[in-house]
Amino acid sequence: MAEALLKVNGVSKHFGGFTALSGVTVEIARGERFGLIGPNGSGKTTLINCISGLLRNEAGRIVFDGRDVTPLAPHQRTRLGIARSFQVPRPFHTMTVLENLLVPSAYVVHLSDAEGTDKAMDILKGMGLAPKAHQHAAQLSQVELRKLELARAMAANPKLLISDEAMAGLSGAEVDEVLAILFRLNEAGITIIMIEHIMQAVMRFSQRVVCLDAGKIICEGTPQSIVQHPEVQRAYLGA
Amino acid sequence: MKFWIGAAVFLVVAIGFALSPVNEYFFFAAYVILTAVVLATAWNILGGYAGYVNFGPPAFIGVGAYTAVVLFKAIGAPLVVQILAGAAMGALLGLGVGLLTLRLRGIFFAIATVAVVFIMETLAINWRYVGGATGLQLQRPEVMAPFTSYTRMLFAVMAIMAVVSVAVARYVQGSWIGRGLRALRDSEEAAEANGVPTLKLKLFACVVSGALLAAGGAPMPMYLSFIEPASTFNLAYTVSSLGGAIIGGMSHWGGPIIGALILSTLQQIITVTISGEVNVLIVGVLLVLFVVLAPEGVMGLFKRWLKPS
Repeated sequence: MAEALLKVNGVSKHFGGFTALSGVTVEIARGERFGLIGPNGSGKTTLINCISGLLRNEAGRIVFDGRDVTPLAPHQRTRLGIARSFQVPRPFHTMTVLENLLVPSAYVVHLSDAEGTDKAMDILKGMGLAPKAHQHAAQLSQVELRKLELARAMAANPKLLISDEAMAGLSGAEVDEVLAILFRLNEAGITIIMIEHIMQAVMRFSQRVVCLDAGKIICEGTPQSIVQHPEVQRAYLGA
Repeated sequence: MKFWIGAAVFLVVAIGFALSPVNEYFFFAAYVILTAVVLATAWNILGGYAGYVNFGPPAFIGVGAYTAVVLFKAIGAPLVVQILAGAAMGALLGLGVGLLTLRLRGIFFAIATVAVVFIMETLAINWRYVGGATGLQLQRPEVMAPFTSYTRMLFAVMAIMAVVSVAVARYVQGSWIGRGLRALRDSEEAAEANGVPTLKLKLFACVVSGALLAAGGAPMPMYLSFIEPASTFNLAYTVSSLGGAIIGGMSHWGGPIIGALILSTLQQIITVTISGEVNVLIVGVLLVLFVVLAPEGVMGLFKRWLKPS
């Protein structure tokens, strides 16, 4: 097997006395569609904050594309190819949709505005956001904001895309729409980590799923095996 | 191009005025107004573009002014050297303050910058060489030709400085740096996640803003022929720098110019016609009105008027 794209090795994170992650180890292969599930407060977002660099892990190492990124700032990790969307959309609200995408295209891919605009329009077309390109991000609807999060992450030309609950709160049809986008990106060769509460979406999308509970990985496997796993059922349903 | 033509016309008119026999008082007042333009423009680079509200302009202005005084007293340095050295010290202070405080956000950053003012003022009060708390009387050197009085020359110098600072602000706004600053003002986490080196950009803004604020303060001792800590490190400078930016609009380089012109012209008029106390009240009332009714300042009103949606 080729070397994994991302290796998370024994990562721990505490907030005061609270242990958010303890010794999480997981490897993600190139081109994989990887699902990360777990009940509320299980450490999913903390884990991806550690991977993207927003939080510093206290123990353990994170190796991306053969390089130890543990000491790097988030913007440096983005430049290496780790892009993410935010659970609560964080658009650059004083900019237009297009300008939002020009930020990573200038800072990560180092494109001129003209080149960046061409590329950004392609991405926006793929997401069905092209008609909104010149609107301010503050005027978008929820589903459009989710798509903008993904589009902006894509403008950074990532190798790994982390989608943090891109579908929470969306209607069934909208979930299908976002899923289709993610499938398409994966086919284009991008490794995707999906964090999601909507089980049906994770199950359909992922090749492999890991379930976190109280900061630990309690099981790992195919979507089918995961739902039947007694630990997972206990974590979600209690008892 | 239009900008540079405008700047050139402005400078020709300003210097032409300085050479004309217009009443000396005009230059005395106009110098203050132009200084306000420099200060508001400089403040806006960090406060407006990056959204980091800096309450410390007096610290930077003071560092510029005291650098000028020290150089003047020690080696009789000419005005240009005083201003450049003041700017350099302002940049250094910006770097230091930035490294210490830019990890703080919102109100915490603002409070930290107020502390810097008190620290710098305390230093000046306890420094005998520059006169301590009582201050220092300064003898202006001979005025340089073709100007006929020192105040006229200072006015012309400040006109040049206004053009320089606006040009810097305009450049920063239009460059990739400006886009990065806007991004981090909107969301610092999202900016980082999209490759923007936020700390570096904030430091850059702090250094440039600090250098220009200090440069704006550097000619002040020569203007007053006097320096003294209490008035040099006066928090009123904070109000007028950020007031100009807020009233004019913070997202465009034109905002602080308009705001500073309105605010300080009004202040000058009121100081002369009514009283120096009432002018403080006017600033307060204007700030409240703009924050409530026109949060995007005069520039915002202008934009809304141009394309009503």
